[in-house]
Amino acid sequence: MSRATPAKNRITAAVRARNAAGQGAFVPFLVLGDPDFETSLMLAQTLADNGADALELGFAFSDPPADGPVIQRADERALAAGMTPAKAFDLIEALHRTHAIPVSLLVYYNLVLQFGVDAFYRRAAAVGVDAVLVADLPPEHAKDAVEAARSHGVAPVFLASELSPPERLERIAALAEGYIYALARVGVTGEQTDVDPNLSAALDRMRAATDLPLLAGFGIGGPEQALAARRAGADGVIVGSAIVRRVAAHLDDRDAMRDAVAEIASTLAAAAHTTL
Amino acid sequence: MKHTGSYGRFGGFYVAEPLIPALEELEAAWLDAREDPGFRAGLDRLLRHYAGRPTPLYRSPTLSEDMGCHVYLKREDLLHGGAHKTNNTLGQGLLAARMGKTRIIAETGAGQHGVATAMIGALLGLEVKIFMGSLDVERQAPNVQRMRLFGAEVVPVDNGGGSLKDAINEAMRYWTEHIRDTFYVFGTAAGPHPYPSIVRDFQRIIGEEIAAQLLEEQGRLPSAVIACVGGGSNAIGAFARFVEEDGVQLIGVEPGGHGVASGKHGVTLGAGRPGCLHGSISYVLQDACGQIHEAHSISAGLDYPGVGPEHAHLMESKRAEYVSATDDEALDAFAWLSRSEGILPALESSHAIAGARRLADRFGPDDVVVINLSGRGDKDLAHAMAALERRAGE
Ligand SMILES: Cc1ncc(COP(=O)(O)O)c(C=O)c1O
Repeated sequence: MSRATPAKNRITAAVRARNAAGQGAFVPFLVLGDPDFETSLMLAQTLADNGADALELGFAFSDPPADGPVIQRADERALAAGMTPAKAFDLIEALHRTHAIPVSLLVYYNLVLQFGVDAFYRRAAAVGVDAVLVADLPPEHAKDAVEAARSHGVAPVFLASELSPPERLERIAALAEGYIYALARVGVTGEQTDVDPNLSAALDRMRAATDLPLLAGFGIGGPEQALAARRAGADGVIVGSAIVRRVAAHLDDRDAMRDAVAEIASTLAAAAHTTL
Repeated sequence: MKHTGSYGRFGGFYVAEPLIPALEELEAAWLDAREDPGFRAGLDRLLRHYAGRPTPLYRSPTLSEDMGCHVYLKREDLLHGGAHKTNNTLGQGLLAARMGKTRIIAETGAGQHGVATAMIGALLGLEVKIFMGSLDVERQAPNVQRMRLFGAEVVPVDNGGGSLKDAINEAMRYWTEHIRDTFYVFGTAAGPHPYPSIVRDFQRIIGEEIAAQLLEEQGRLPSAVIACVGGGSNAIGAFARFVEEDGVQLIGVEPGGHGVASGKHGVTLGAGRPGCLHGSISYVLQDACGQIHEAHSISAGLDYPGVGPEHAHLMESKRAEYVSATDDEALDAFAWLSRSEGILPALESSHAIAGARRLADRFGPDDVVVINLSGRGDKDLAHAMAALERRAGE
């Protein structure tokens, strides 16, 4: 079992370290460049300073069908401020000058295609990206991306949901590295008030297919859901809209924005890190 | 998935994981229904007695004179609902019912697909939700009223430019949220596999009838088949029967808007690049980074920055060619056909007529050209009259 061997991937290692102490990992999400380059860099640093074990960073896309309204608006703000994939990579590079935190990307495939598949993963590796999830790239079409990711030492991450049957989970597990992004609900991104009752059984099925950490995301709105996801068996939680909503609420005051993001991050980190 | 839905290097199913089981279920149901004579017979009955197929193939005297060849109009404008969209929605509606789904959803641009979906929903007693860009809700008001009369809920979409691509994004999101009981009736030959193939199969009847009708009347196949291309469903329906017939030119007409140079157009095949949008690889209007551009067309049904993957393949393999007609040329054709023959074409279909007239030089007196008149223009009256008046005032 690879569980016993030390993980090569920094995200895998960070999650395992938490799990070894009976805790779960906390992975907050931001859209890079929301609301602008400098503020976004400050927010990423704030998350790293307030309990994040790794960051999930989104590349703004004009047409994100897997995202609910909160993240759609964040994409729009970033694009309006002139964000591009090239600048997003620069932002990660800048972040890594001050913070060694592991980074996973969340992107849509057209951005990878237009950057050039191999060039995309090469640049990702160069700025210290540890893993990449392409939201609209199922394993059936992922051959080029997985080859490029592996050749540059970046972990290809895949989504799994409670609707993915066991054969599919095997197929996902065969390609995935780093972690499995376990959908905490069947739907698009956005905060929910409770955790899907099917999550526990879904995580069990995923666990049967893979040794990789299972990070639950989509819909985790606050510390109660983070804790519930942990109790359902998740090795950690990914939280997006709940963070991004704080960004949107304080667009006219950067200090208040930083404070609000720091506060929700600490609260969520405490919940995720609770020893069960 | 049994198939990958590849058309050369285009197609596929590029969607997030929760949609994959739904697409697999859809593919299985479709492969099964295709082999079931009972399904086909039920659909044929509806197409004939409810929707009015076969539609006429009408020799247009003024277009024939204008272009110096035999010009026929395939009269999809006479189909119940007012456009070719009904061929597809009756098929997918029956498929939804066969799969036990209780709710159908659809995106719509011109409102024709929304109307056609609302129709089958009313007929089969299914709940219907239609996603429509807020700009389109405005410019296609009569169709919004028709959808509501048929019992559908029309959901205006404000995101992005408020047109067809935004309506598709929103419908995909709703589908992802309600995957278990909802069937997504996709309106054009684009989107993730299996939609491009399903829509082509249901629209194929247009070309089948053209071939049969022309063989009966002229004892031959057409020299050329010409259709407008938004997502590409009426065009692929008109083309499919003839793809293997080398003597038949296949010509698609894209919406030129204010002209390609203006940047305000929907010339996806002519001016776009390969990319990934709405679940498949095809040509896309996009910037250098891959952000999707807003398309522009006077016709809501063609106002789309993507196109079906089979058209991308037909273009690259040089089996079909794609030209464009501007807003102005389409308006001219709209007014001209109304005046010369008392046929009011949809603004979408007016692009096909305008494109055909522009290519008149390549046809001689013995040639037979078929233009797919994909829909009727009643829905466009207010919008087109205002544009014509604005032009007259300039
Ligand atoms: C009359 C008519 N023709 C053509 C189209 C364009 O769609 P497609 O390219 O799928 O035929 C539409 C779409 O709304 C339409 O209403």
